Amino acid sequence: MAQLEFTLRKAFPPAGNSPGFEMDVTLACEAGITVLFGASGSGKTLTLDSLAGLLRPDEGRILLHDSILYDSGSGAWLPPQRRAIGYVVQNYALFPHMSLEQNLAFGIHRLPSLERHRRIHEMLEQFGLAEYAGRRPDELSGGQKQRASIARALVTEPRLLLLDEPVRGLDYPLRADFYEILGSVRERYAIPILLVTHDVAEGFFLGNRMAVYAAGRIVQLGSPEEVFRQPRNPAIARLLGISNVFSGVVEELDPMADRSRLRTPQFAITMPYLPGRFKGDPVRFCIPPEQVALAPRDAPKAPPGRDNRVLVRIAEEVFTPNTVRLRLGVVSDNGSSPGPDANSWIESEVSRAAYQKMKLGQQREWLAELPAGSIHIFAEQ
Amino acid sequence: MRETALRESARSRIGYNPGGMLSSLASIDWFPFWLSLRVAAIATVVSLLVGLALAYVLARREFRGRELLDALITLPIVLPPTVLGYYLLVLLGGNSAFGRAFESVFGFRLVFTWQAAVVAATFHSVPLLVKSARAALESVDRNLENAARTLGASEGRVFLQITLPLAKRSILAATVFAFARALGDFGVTIMIAGNIPGKTQTMAVAIYDAVQSGNTLPANIMVLIISATAIGILYLTNRLQGARLL
Repeated sequence: MAQLEFTLRKAFPPAGNSPGFEMDVTLACEAGITVLFGASGSGKTLTLDSLAGLLRPDEGRILLHDSILYDSGSGAWLPPQRRAIGYVVQNYALFPHMSLEQNLAFGIHRLPSLERHRRIHEMLEQFGLAEYAGRRPDELSGGQKQRASIARALVTEPRLLLLDEPVRGLDYPLRADFYEILGSVRERYAIPILLVTHDVAEGFFLGNRMAVYAAGRIVQLGSPEEVFRQPRNPAIARLLGISNVFSGVVEELDPMADRSRLRTPQFAITMPYLPGRFKGDPVRFCIPPEQVALAPRDAPKAPPGRDNRVLVRIAEEVFTPNTVRLRLGVVSDNGSSPGPDANSWIESEVSRAAYQKMKLGQQREWLAELPAGSIHIFAEQ
Repeated sequence: MRETALRESARSRIGYNPGGMLSSLASIDWFPFWLSLRVAAIATVVSLLVGLALAYVLARREFRGRELLDALITLPIVLPPTVLGYYLLVLLGGNSAFGRAFESVFGFRLVFTWQAAVVAATFHSVPLLVKSARAALESVDRNLENAARTLGASEGRVFLQITLPLAKRSILAATVFAFARALGDFGVTIMIAGNIPGKTQTMAVAIYDAVQSGNTLPANIMVLIISATAIGILYLTNRLQGARLL
């Protein structure tokens, strides 16, 4: 049995000009970081509030280390005070009228004073806050406040740690510090950690597992790698920032040659045999922009079926510190310019080194290569 | 000659009489001053306890009829004091159920005693206290209270160690204001406590009485005292709320 298991259902009826909202999530978590990823308003914070006991769901149950925190069936409901859950909210909620030390002492005031002091100072030391023990929160920097808030939650030795967008509003170096701290917390305390974020990259490299939220539901659950490589449907792909989503039909299926061919109105793709589909089936597929390579128009022909080359024209170049994002318009056979249709545009992300080496800026027309191995067909259309 | 006489009469009319001032001061009845102070002090303590409880319920509990309760509490601010006093007189008088119950418990009739003046002052100052205290409690970030809860603090501890300290200055300012209102009530007091010199005559009532009977000196002194108190209180509340007058 997992350390944390929950099912939460809560309906918010429509009121005034706000439409109704319904949360219905089920999740089981082991020790380690589970990232709750999704757009704002998709129910991530509601989930944390319900787990912490600040919000009472209509229905469901919460099991933490075999103890029942909530069970609508039997009417069991533990108030937040008795849940032993550490909750770091947005803006940290440090008590402004208390020093850092008093903030940490607040949750463990029942401990004998010697033990309390030892724990507080150990924690302050661990989070690099020892010299600020006497300061009020308004005398601390953003990064210090954030660490203080996590230290205050951990000093009570919680059985579950909830973090709601902990790096919001922090500069990049401070974020890096936080990721390091979170790593050591994960090692040191073998408890489940639920981290809410809507930063794709953060979710990807922090999470042991990732739950994608949309409209109050968990629409996909898996390792970050799985979620990113195989989003279940185009909506999830869009949420993850994957821009190359195409729709077409199965044109050819040849199990003997392990070959199939997909056709969009603008171009065709050859890839390994697709089991479980029929000729003429509509399919939607995507390819991550960083997998789209460019080759010169006169490049030697690749072995048939190995790479899929599409003649494109560079329409836009967006420079980021490390990469260049290219918006490529598909040049159709009759030479007409690409329309607004999503199938007519391919995005490619190349490193700046590759951009310079290939002199991508000097010529407009290229062959975009869509490697068959990087193409993901959505399980749900 | 004639001019001097005119000035003299003018001086005596406004009670300006440097020579006789000291002897007049000694002959002034200080009872209304002390009674007002006592009435206002007790009424302020009662208002603070009742007002805080009501404000907490209004600010932090959700129930049907919450705004109705708020409106009922606000009513004394809007009602003319004599009307409010009349209601209280009917409600607390010797013939009412409450009046009889009070008499059988405490052994005396409430109306036309100094304790009735306390009731009057309390009804006068509670609405103000509830209004300000509710706003003060509502301004406390709920995230802080929730953080305290997840750290294991009981509801009582959340209120005493988080909510109250954070709303402290505004509540203190409201309490000082409530004291000022309790000190100056006239209409409700005269309806239910009356104007019995040496027994229920508070400063506000005594000023009215003195002016009516042409006793300008005591009226002037009490007016000065109340004005000075009012200005002091304004200054204090502004300081408490972080503003500077000068």
